[in-house]
Amino acid sequence: MNPMNYVILAAILFSIGSAAVLLRRNAIVAFMGVELMLNAANLALVAFSKIYGHLDGQIMAFFVMVVAAAEVVVGLAIIITVFRARQTISLDEPAELKG
Amino acid sequence: MNFVTPEIAWAPLLPIMIVLGAAAVGVLVESFVKSPHLRRVTQLWLSGAALIVAGVAIVAQWMALDGSAGTEVMATKITVDGQSLVWQLMLVIFGFLSVLLFASRTSAGEESFTALGSVPPGSVEEKLARRAGLKVTEVFPLALFAVGGMMLFTCITDLIFLFVALELFSLPLYILVALARRRRLLSQEAALKYFLLGAFSSAFYLFGAALIYGATTQTDMASIGIAVNVIGDKDGILLTGAVMVLVGLMFKIGAAPFHSWVPDVYQGSPTPVTAFMGAATKAAATAALVRVMYLAFAPLEWELSWMFWAVAIVSMAVGTVLALVQTDIKRMLAYSAVAHAGFILVAFAGLEQQAISALPFYLLTYGLATIGAFAIITQVRERSAEGGAGAEAVRLGQWAGLAKRSPALATAMALFLLSFAGIPLTAGFIGKFEVFSAAVAGGGWPLVLIAVIASAVAAFFYVRLIVLMFFTDIPEGAEDTVVVEQEPLSRTVIYVTAAATLILGIVPAGVLTVMEDAAVFLVSGS
Repeated sequence: MNPMNYVILAAILFSIGSAAVLLRRNAIVAFMGVELMLNAANLALVAFSKIYGHLDGQIMAFFVMVVAAAEVVVGLAIIITVFRARQTISLDEPAELKG
Repeated sequence: MNFVTPEIAWAPLLPIMIVLGAAAVGVLVESFVKSPHLRRVTQLWLSGAALIVAGVAIVAQWMALDGSAGTEVMATKITVDGQSLVWQLMLVIFGFLSVLLFASRTSAGEESFTALGSVPPGSVEEKLARRAGLKVTEVFPLALFAVGGMMLFTCITDLIFLFVALELFSLPLYILVALARRRRLLSQEAALKYFLLGAFSSAFYLFGAALIYGATTQTDMASIGIAVNVIGDKDGILLTGAVMVLVGLMFKIGAAPFHSWVPDVYQGSPTPVTAFMGAATKAAATAALVRVMYLAFAPLEWELSWMFWAVAIVSMAVGTVLALVQTDIKRMLAYSAVAHAGFILVAFAGLEQQAISALPFYLLTYGLATIGAFAIITQVRERSAEGGAGAEAVRLGQWAGLAKRSPALATAMALFLLSFAGIPLTAGFIGKFEVFSAAVAGGGWPLVLIAVIASAVAAFFYVRLIVLMFFTDIPEGAEDTVVVEQEPLSRTVIYVTAAATLILGIVPAGVLTVMEDAAVFLVSGS
């Protein structure tokens, strides 16, 4: 199977992820969209790595996984704090900041 | 496929290791020092000392350079050259000034940070935590982690590792934003927005870097530059990747149309965090943008210049026009920061050599004035019900007649505002002059024309605040509503930044020479 298909799949996943961030109003779902985008980038890295026969891309993917995990920790902490204060995590709801 | 153990020359990383090491020690202090008061003092001395030692280490390295371009710490990944040392020193200075602001308290003994970050705002638990005298002293290690990440950010020459450093300094900032003592709902909302949009833009950056890897088989910047030249026909994958990488970096600089987080986060964060973030994030992101553009994307200059022109013009227009209509002073400075992001991007017109020395100077002048201006905002406060100092007075109307309450603060604020506007005899003028002349040398004179007009319009709202402070009387019956604080740490920051703004405006030659010496990249030979 042509490894280029994986790159195309990565592009599709990335688009789905960014659409989720921009369109969904639930903070957790928007956050899942971000994670999907990062994983799409990982898939692209690994696919290119396979195409070129390098190890570089695969090693990069490991770094990205670690960073993404750290991001989850911080992100969920912020979302939970907001939920405790407001009892909702809708992104439309918080509207103290305007203009 | 086989592994080669990388050779790492550790010595040039010493300043970064000092800062990150002190941050790790700071985390331990959090666990082992029980008394909140003792913990605050320990953390303040620890982080202050670490930043000073790191600064000395950077200067020592600069002296040791002695004409050589620098050291390649890890082949194709990390390079400590004169350029990155200048940025690192700037970040350490910003970090040190911000740490002083982090530690400052009002006369009522109130910090800028909440007593306990995990409890809901306005709850009984929060009151109990406040009464028990708890303090969130984790802000000091978090700030050190952010400074360390930013320092690393300025010397990385590999697109993927740049992503790791980007997250290393962004994650602590997301947390810091959420920790305001007053208006905590606002602060948490700002943190949520900053986090989601920041993560979104980082993902853009990463996917762009992956596409560039796909198009050029390389991830280190110098090799990408060479590969782009060899490829000849610039295909869609390469250009899409380059644009996505630039979007990620421009988001961190706060340029429009990627600026939607800027006003909310500037307004919602605790003011010391705003000062730190406003000065340091912009400097770090600009440093990385310079390296990416000059090393990796220089052959794509023609294809990418439209993006710089468009983003620079939109930033200047949006920042200037929206700043005119703001009534909240933090929000006004936030939109002014967007306009300044536009001025920064102006320098990239033509990718002149001159811009590499102009940009660090511009960011230095801008950062000092930003930290100073936000430090003043922490000092002007509403009178609370008990008669002491309450929340910060951020409505513009509350600043009317400030010169009568505190001539020194009003004068310093006027100096910072004139520096933002780029009036001669302030550092901002020299910075703008350098940046604009670099753009003119690169053939970007229409862009400079627009920038000059934007500066002139922007001068209007800066001068409006000066008039408000100096030539407007305190409104009838409002004499007692505003308190001016006399906190020694904040005052030190204000006077130091004011003096630096004046000195850099009158005798900039010494610093400019250093910046010119630093305008060389050590390019790894591959």
